Amino acid sequence: MASLKVTASVPPPQEDAEQLNKAFKGWGTNEGLIISILAHRNAAQRNLIRQVYAEAYGQDLLKDLDKELSNDFERVVLVWTLDPAERDAYLANEATKRFTSSNWVLMEIACSRSSHDLFKVRQAYHARYKKSLEEDVAYHTTGDFRKLLVPLVSAFRYEGEEVNTMLAKSEAKILHEKISDKAYSDDEIIRILTTRSKAQLNATLNHYNNAFGNAINKNLKEDADNEFLKLLRATIKCLTYPEKYFEKLLRLAIKKIGTDEWALTRVVATRAEVDMERIKEEYRRRNSVTLDHDIAGETAGDYERMLLALIGHGDA
Amino acid sequence: MSVHFERWNDHCVRLLKHEFVRFKNALVLWAMHPWERDARLVKEALKKGPQSYGVIVEIACTRSSEELLGARKAYHSLFDQSIEEDVATHIHGSERKLLVALVSAYRYEGPKVKEDAAKSEAKILANAIKNGLKKNPIEDEEVIRILSTRSKAHLKIVYKHYKEVSGNIIHEDLDVSDLILKETVECLCSPHAYFSKVLDEAMGSDSHKNTKKGLTRVIVTRADVDMKEIKEEYMNLFGVSLSKKIEEKANGNYRDFLVTLITRDN
Repeated sequence: MASLKVTASVPPPQEDAEQLNKAFKGWGTNEGLIISILAHRNAAQRNLIRQVYAEAYGQDLLKDLDKELSNDFERVVLVWTLDPAERDAYLANEATKRFTSSNWVLMEIACSRSSHDLFKVRQAYHARYKKSLEEDVAYHTTGDFRKLLVPLVSAFRYEGEEVNTMLAKSEAKILHEKISDKAYSDDEIIRILTTRSKAQLNATLNHYNNAFGNAINKNLKEDADNEFLKLLRATIKCLTYPEKYFEKLLRLAIKKIGTDEWALTRVVATRAEVDMERIKEEYRRRNSVTLDHDIAGETAGDYERMLLALIGHGDA
Repeated sequence: MSVHFERWNDHCVRLLKHEFVRFKNALVLWAMHPWERDARLVKEALKKGPQSYGVIVEIACTRSSEELLGARKAYHSLFDQSIEEDVATHIHGSERKLLVALVSAYRYEGPKVKEDAAKSEAKILANAIKNGLKKNPIEDEEVIRILSTRSKAHLKIVYKHYKEVSGNIIHEDLDVSDLILKETVECLCSPHAYFSKVLDEAMGSDSHKNTKKGLTRVIVTRADVDMKEIKEEYMNLFGVSLSKKIEEKANGNYRDFLVTLITRDN
């Protein structure tokens, strides 16, 4: 469930646009006003505001935000304001230009979005970057990473609940065989993970657990430093238990472990309208404190206020 | 008094059945929505096996990005699976990686190209093909990347540079042993010539049953798309008008149906 809180009666986009423009006038910026508006509008409403703002002031709202704001706060507002498909395209494009931790961003987008949403990302990518997402991912990755990531971002998985039990059993066996042989990037593993529907994968992994006594990710923990294995485990988690995947990402980001500096911003902005409530539940279950509490503890200022507003803290 | 009946010649019965089956198949294919058509054609090709995989290449490479997406949606609807999962499951040979990549593509359709990248990619292709005996180019990671992710406009520039680097048109450097790769390049680079060849082979006197199906498939699937260009290319390549050739080779309702389809734009 989404954590986004929108008031029952939302002001017309013209009024929002006017208020936002006011927030930029004079010395400094009225960040509180920006948060109070943008953090409480859904994607469709934000798109309207951008449109109206451009008509009224001749400038893209995002450009004005970019001019007026700085650092973490700016980034979270910018990323949040974008339409979801455009946002994912922007994050993916950024990821292709950076180094290894960015493979995770690509995998995350490919695995946690629905088939149709992922396709909208590919369309947005064409429109914004005049290239296809898969050509950029292919060009900027090599070896096993390319082998996994290109089919992941190109997938258009069947979205139904239909499951073939016999197939689940036989593919669980194939996975186990390849993993036992340490053939982690074998064509068959890639095929199963990158083409099967999420329902089918769930069934397959359940069978794996039943038949072989261990969850698949346990068997993939052989080598602590193997970057590909880490990505493979994360892929599997993201496809089958996204809220657990995001909880871990948030936990590590808040405790400043690892190199994914923008993870906190990215997860909050991309999941607020999707399943942040589930992620919060998982966070509380795992950490015995609320996500709100930890974000308040580790961040400050307008950045903190915006994040808290997006995860549904307080009222609309 | 014994009753005799004169049993009709089995051969004639078979011919008659074939006539009507061809007509029926053509009509049924024509009546379907293009997306459903393409999804069903891929499914059929997978069932028939390696000699039909060319059809998968044809659909993946000659349709626009939106048409291919439509076929993928139709596939979900019709078969409760994704096209890529079926292709990956049923194909075990060296062509699997390329075919899965081709059906998964959502190519950029605009005119913007990267001249420098195109130049270096032409060299990569030329090297891969030259070293074909050591490593099969159809499994080469870079060959697959270039052919399955780049836009068609970009690929045209790649082919231009390829000719400069190797002296030949790219598909001339590939022979029958690289059939899938050859067809991929032909479909992406010169679809109208490709379709003309499929049509001509289908109408050959000794062609295999599967090859003959190419006649119905190409006419029905291209009638509303680029039949005009295909007719022109056919005349260029074979010196005969396509309608005339069809009138010679096909019969009855089937013939009339095909000819009607290809003269729609007149």
